[in-house]
Amino acid sequence: MNYIMDTIQLPNSKGYYGEYGGAYIPELLFNNIQELEANYKEIISTEIFKKDFDDLLKNYVGRPTPLYYATNLSAQYKCKIYLKREDLCHTGAHKINNTIGQILVAKALGKTRIIAETGAGQHGVATATVCALMNLECVVYMGEVDISRQATNVARMKMLGAKVIPAKSGSKTLKDATNEAIRDWINNPNSYYLIGSVVGPHPYPDMVARFQSVISSEIKQQLKQHQNISEPDFVIACVGGGSNAAGAFYEFIDSKKTKLIGVEAAGKGIDTRHSAATMVLGKDGILHGCKSVVMQTSDGQVIEPYSISAGLDYPGIGPLHAYLGRSKKATYLHVTDDQALEAAINLTRKEGIIPALESAHALAAINLLSPKDTDVIVVNLSGRGDKDMNTYLQHLSY
Amino acid sequence: MENKINQLFKEKKSNILSIYITAGFPELNDTVKNIRTLQELEVDLIEIGLPYSDPLADGPVIQEANKVAIINNMNLHLLFEQLYFSKEEIKIPIILMGYLNVIMQFGIELFYKRCAECNVSGVIIPDLPIEEYNSNHKYYAELNNVKNIFLITPKTSIERIKLIDSISDPFIYVVSSNSITGNTLSSFEELRSFYNQLNALQLKNKTLIGFGISNSSQYENACQLANGAIIGSAFISSIVNAQPAKNFIHNIRKLKSIAL
Ligand SMILES: Cc1ncc(COP(=O)(O)O)c(C=O)c1O
Repeated sequence: MNYIMDTIQLPNSKGYYGEYGGAYIPELLFNNIQELEANYKEIISTEIFKKDFDDLLKNYVGRPTPLYYATNLSAQYKCKIYLKREDLCHTGAHKINNTIGQILVAKALGKTRIIAETGAGQHGVATATVCALMNLECVVYMGEVDISRQATNVARMKMLGAKVIPAKSGSKTLKDATNEAIRDWINNPNSYYLIGSVVGPHPYPDMVARFQSVISSEIKQQLKQHQNISEPDFVIACVGGGSNAAGAFYEFIDSKKTKLIGVEAAGKGIDTRHSAATMVLGKDGILHGCKSVVMQTSDGQVIEPYSISAGLDYPGIGPLHAYLGRSKKATYLHVTDDQALEAAINLTRKEGIIPALESAHALAAINLLSPKDTDVIVVNLSGRGDKDMNTYLQHLSY
Repeated sequence: MENKINQLFKEKKSNILSIYITAGFPELNDTVKNIRTLQELEVDLIEIGLPYSDPLADGPVIQEANKVAIINNMNLHLLFEQLYFSKEEIKIPIILMGYLNVIMQFGIELFYKRCAECNVSGVIIPDLPIEEYNSNHKYYAELNNVKNIFLITPKTSIERIKLIDSISDPFIYVVSSNSITGNTLSSFEELRSFYNQLNALQLKNKTLIGFGISNSSQYENACQLANGAIIGSAFISSIVNAQPAKNFIHNIRKLKSIAL
């Protein structure tokens, strides 16, 4: 199977999806971004890249991941529910689709030192993994607060040979880890910055979306086999920065039939100031080099978001989603910590699958839809719940 | 009326000293106090940083100053108010340096209008792309006689330097090395060879060197190459360490007559 699809390119040549995207970077980053922008399309269209990418996704990551018909969940909701099993990817989440792609780009550019940011540690682990595989130096920035919350992933990164550097600025979480990673890149322009979601300056959102688009191209083919249809009625995915959602939506963005549902973390509720529902609470602005929707004060100071799930508490959202949401080509819903926890235990007991807390948000959103019994719903199960066992144990009584 | 920055560069060709301060730092009402002090010390130009939660190009010292200023509740409305009410006494040219998001939320048209009303002669928006400057900023900046200052680094291509020269007036901000603010510059070698290139281009603009300039010998070195230098993190650190501004500035200028 050919995993890089030549689909309609959404952003224009400057990296804008409608009015969102672009590259809002200090001059110090101009050459870094220019180098990537000038080369990425060519690199990823070479035969050697396609061959390596396909081969690694198949034999290393374990693709294609199953599209599993969830019988019990379908009976519960009285419709046809499929789970796209990204949780079965090597390292436990969709994040590795992107790191495989980008590490091959980094190699093609002759880079030997890789910088990444991470929140929960999933992207950090996926980056450390491909760096170990390719024998490249790996530096991961992680908020000091997240380091203490996510000890297992820190240990995994260290065992994989990565250097984990605590981000001590600002609120010491993902937003600040991203700032620190970008500052490292300014100081070390010969390094490669391996970003973890469809965010950041152009061309990152486009490049990451392309690497994750494997999710929807598989869904399309697998639905054909299962249901003899190529487009589902709904695709549901959780949205932090939006990479798993971008990947799950990609092939269906132009579909007249498929309703695209992105699910953000409402945290303790959108009126509580402890939330990460960017599309509801944010305004147009600039964060980490791209114009998008950003949670911020009226003065333009970025607000620290909250969610029980460390992978969803990002105060921005990828420009593709800002565009799809504002132009009503996709719908962005939000579910609370409690709703996500409930959906996690429900899936675990009904199907014997412990989801990542992030993915549990997507599952919880089924409750917010009113599907017909003939409707086919695909939920992107972006990751597995191993990393979240502490949180589950704290919140669920057995 | 001629723009004050243009006037400065017309009158003074060398050893221009520009000092960066953060608005509302260390206390909310210190902005004008700091300007006054620097003006009395005959600094040539003042850059006022608008505090922002995520200053990508800044090192720990300026990050911390930004954080404190935000906690002090500094914002653009308040800064303009502070500057407006001290209009008469501030003679020195003022440049605002702020990241685009803060200015976007304030409103771009209003921003330039307020700059003119409050005696601000120039702005540096480090993350403003040139295309967007041309389409959304240039008109309002020119309408209000506010100068947009652009940055180049020793790694900037000749083609791009020419482009930036064509849209700049009267000076280009030369970043001393490819590094965030506050990293002390270790050597002038790269800058010297960069200036060899730069001088050959015969730019229409003057230049000031900034980022990593922290002591008098670096200031001197920078002034040998450029028309002057900009000092940010080192001055902010001196405020944090409660060092009198007078000592700091005299030190930089090697005014030995002053007992330290
Ligand atoms: C399992 C899982 N799902 C989703 C996300 C959110 O990222 P994105 O919105 O880019 O898919 C993360 C991030 O850490 C994750 O680990």
